[in-house]
Amino acid sequence: MSPRLTTTTLILLLGAAAAMAVLHLATPPGSALHVPTYAVSLTGKYLCYAILAVSVDLVWGFAGILTLGHAAFFALGGYAMGMYLMREIGARGVYGNPILPDFMVFLNWKTLPWYWHGFDMFWFAAIMVLVVPGVLALLFGYFAFRSRVTGVYLSIITQALTYALMLAFFRNDMGFGGNNGMTDFKDLLGFPLAADATRVGLLLATAVMLALCLLFSSAMVRSRFGKVLIAVREAESRTRFLGYRPESYKLVVWVVSAVMAGIGGALYVPQVGIINPSEFAPANSIEAVIWVAVGGRGTLAGAVLGAVLVNFGKTVFTSWLPSLWLFALGGLFILTTLFLPRGIVGTFRRRDPVLPAPVTPAASAAREVAS
Amino acid sequence: MTTSTQSGAIGAISETLLYLDGVTVSFDGFRALNSLSLVLEPGEMRAVIGPNGAGKTTMMDVITGKTRPDEGKVVYAADTDLTRLDEPAIAALGIGRKFQKPTVFEPHSVRDNLLLALHNDRRPKFTLFARETAAERRRIDEILATIRLTEQQHRLAGALSHGQKQWLEIGMLLAQEPRLLLVDEPVAGMTDAETAQTAELLREINRTRSVVVVEHDMDFVRALGVKVTVLHEGSVLSEGTIDRVSADPKVIDVYLGR
Repeated sequence: MSPRLTTTTLILLLGAAAAMAVLHLATPPGSALHVPTYAVSLTGKYLCYAILAVSVDLVWGFAGILTLGHAAFFALGGYAMGMYLMREIGARGVYGNPILPDFMVFLNWKTLPWYWHGFDMFWFAAIMVLVVPGVLALLFGYFAFRSRVTGVYLSIITQALTYALMLAFFRNDMGFGGNNGMTDFKDLLGFPLAADATRVGLLLATAVMLALCLLFSSAMVRSRFGKVLIAVREAESRTRFLGYRPESYKLVVWVVSAVMAGIGGALYVPQVGIINPSEFAPANSIEAVIWVAVGGRGTLAGAVLGAVLVNFGKTVFTSWLPSLWLFALGGLFILTTLFLPRGIVGTFRRRDPVLPAPVTPAASAAREVAS
Repeated sequence: MTTSTQSGAIGAISETLLYLDGVTVSFDGFRALNSLSLVLEPGEMRAVIGPNGAGKTTMMDVITGKTRPDEGKVVYAADTDLTRLDEPAIAALGIGRKFQKPTVFEPHSVRDNLLLALHNDRRPKFTLFARETAAERRRIDEILATIRLTEQQHRLAGALSHGQKQWLEIGMLLAQEPRLLLVDEPVAGMTDAETAQTAELLREINRTRSVVVVEHDMDFVRALGVKVTVLHEGSVLSEGTIDRVSADPKVIDVYLGR
């Protein structure tokens, strides 16, 4: 992605978030300029999805790894944050137990499972938000890339990964709240989550984090490392004969991307107020790929645009005709593939050297299978 | 260069750059290479010819680590058995390969293609922080001049003509600074003028490096004027100057005549 496009995106993003914050806090609720609370939270949610989209674009757009399981890393980051928020409730829960979250009391558990220790401290939870998705990605990527699993085969394994995690998290005896997940959060670092100022703070924090992710990703793909990554995407075996180890390159970008997705999930949970196993649903990961395809694969800024636009469309559509949303999403994907194979940003930036020919998800999958 | 090939087997091995000893590769019962043996001296340029299916490309695959032989050894620089190594490790030893179909990184500029090929640390921890140095810039300029692509240096590799892509790929091989270059059908699909320029380019490269050229085009092989090995059904059928092998009745029978 070009430096100018990055700068433009950052200015738009931070400017819009700041304007929204000011209009929410500084205008009276009756005013025509007032931004209501739900809009603040909704925007915060979109920006969390945008972080997930950037992480997907990093691996799919630049390394050619079509991930259909990235929502797993997003959800793991979300669960780590959710565990902190649960412990933060303390004795204010329905059962008033100062240590055990409500669902554990309900299940008649007497002591806190070992893996819940430490989550009463924010710094510990924050580290886990990075470490848990990172370590899972490291293990998964190490074995998958070393065995030279590529193309649709890899996509299928990523899908299996998120599905397996969903089934595991549905189980009550896993100790993560089972089917219901975690909810009824009270506050974050002492700030009540229901307060307007906290919601604005979360929106701004998300916007800043998204900006950092964009800057970091942009620097990464423009470095020599990024050039090797694009070379791997285009002609993996050729890079081997030049002496590069594509598996190392994929592993690095895969882990970075998973950590990024985890951060997105961690910011998402306090803003939507709940985390449950449905976040691992395979369809969520596929939706994230659609956001990137619509916005423009391999452009980073397009991932942000696609995530925001498609989710805005989803919000509007699901309030009109909820039962038809999946058809609309499928139709959007087909139309993008047919008429905007380079996505919105890719189409308006024809001269950009990142992608040589229209690369549709279907075409790239076909090519990967053939190679 | 003085060689002592007459001094006996042990001497021949210590002087040898590459030594294939009884290499056999089977795919589902089909013997692509059948106990193939071949010796390459340092600084030598060798042309390998043979009909389709003779095992030319499989031989390249074995040397570069893409295919592991069922039997036999591939000894490089007297002491390294290449059959135990994978592609990046073999590339790091100084063996470069040019494919039959030009494979350059199309979304990158010509310069960037050469930059990625330059002899350097290949690990992510280096490339993440690497900045292009003045020495690298100079080396890229030199290679651009050698492969006659100075004018095209900022174009995307995908926008080059077929012949220019072939040269760029040869340039990428040069940038790797290999001791041994394996070149698979470099002039396939080239015009006569491009073919002549390519022969000249390979001779230039051969001044400092050993080269193995696999080729179909007999005029091109004649223009190179080097020792020729004829492969047939996975083993060596004949070896010698182009005139000698063209006169060999076995060669005429399977390849040139009929």
